[in-house]
Amino acid sequence: MHIMEGYLPPLHAAVWTAASVPFVLAGARKVSRVMDEHPEARLLLAASGAFAFVLSALKVPSVTGSCSHPTGVGLGAILFGPAATAVLGSIVLLFQALLLAHGGLTTLGANVFSMAIVGPWVSFAVFRAAGGLGAPQAVGVFFAAMLGDLATYAVTACQLALAFPDPASGFAGALSKFLAIYALTQLPLAIIEGLITVVAVNLLLQHSREELFALSFLKGGAR
Amino acid sequence: MTRRNVTLLGVALVIALLPLLLTSGAAFKGSDDQATAAIAALAPGYRPWAVPLWTPPGPEVESLLFSLQAALGAGVIGYYLGWRRGRQQRREDRPRAGD
Repeated sequence: MHIMEGYLPPLHAAVWTAASVPFVLAGARKVSRVMDEHPEARLLLAASGAFAFVLSALKVPSVTGSCSHPTGVGLGAILFGPAATAVLGSIVLLFQALLLAHGGLTTLGANVFSMAIVGPWVSFAVFRAAGGLGAPQAVGVFFAAMLGDLATYAVTACQLALAFPDPASGFAGALSKFLAIYALTQLPLAIIEGLITVVAVNLLLQHSREELFALSFLKGGAR
Repeated sequence: MTRRNVTLLGVALVIALLPLLLTSGAAFKGSDDQATAAIAALAPGYRPWAVPLWTPPGPEVESLLFSLQAALGAGVIGYYLGWRRGRQQRREDRPRAGD
């Protein structure tokens, strides 16, 4: 989902950056509020960011014969909400843009929009919807992380198709080309991300119940 | 719970490794690089207008930095879980007041 440095025309780069900035600013406010209200959850926030750090560094082979990587932002989204996760995801993307030449500064806005904004919001919405439908928590966590991961890559495909429409078949033609590259490759990886996120939540349920109550991830009971 | 976690991680591992067995002869290139190639096909005249400020000087250094990224993250997660476990254990060891 990393659009490489310079690979979005200036206008597109500017629009995506403008679209992302308010989310990241709101996220920064949310992060400082979480740290004030739940100082006990600071390390959990760091660990959620670290989870995205690890997962987005892993290039995993897929059935299409190419490699891609999970995003790891679903966990932060269901624990701390999508606003705070925008900051976590942006830190990961900035690290990769500066040190790994993976992604870039001109495309940072677009990459933040797909991985740090849309992905976490989809995860958050799916998790809430699954809870509302009465699905077991683990099922909600799995689909939240999986669909958030897929949504990120679908957004990247849209961003590229908007910037580089097919000369013959236009936006739709280019979209199907980029989706063919990203979506199919990503499917098994999204399942992997869902499974690993369920494991992460299981470990937190075992060892971090107090923080989960404080963040209202778990409802009721003693704080 | 531990057994369930091991099973889930096992399934994840199988999904990750299966393509290596099923897809023989594939180069397993990055999907991001394939997208960049697709851009070149769709818009042959497009020239990227910015270059990375710094590029790792080779695949070895790049893989070093990717491993570093994963190691840093794994370290923080390990520290966090260890700290929580230790705190939980201390609490369980301590005889409860009033009992």
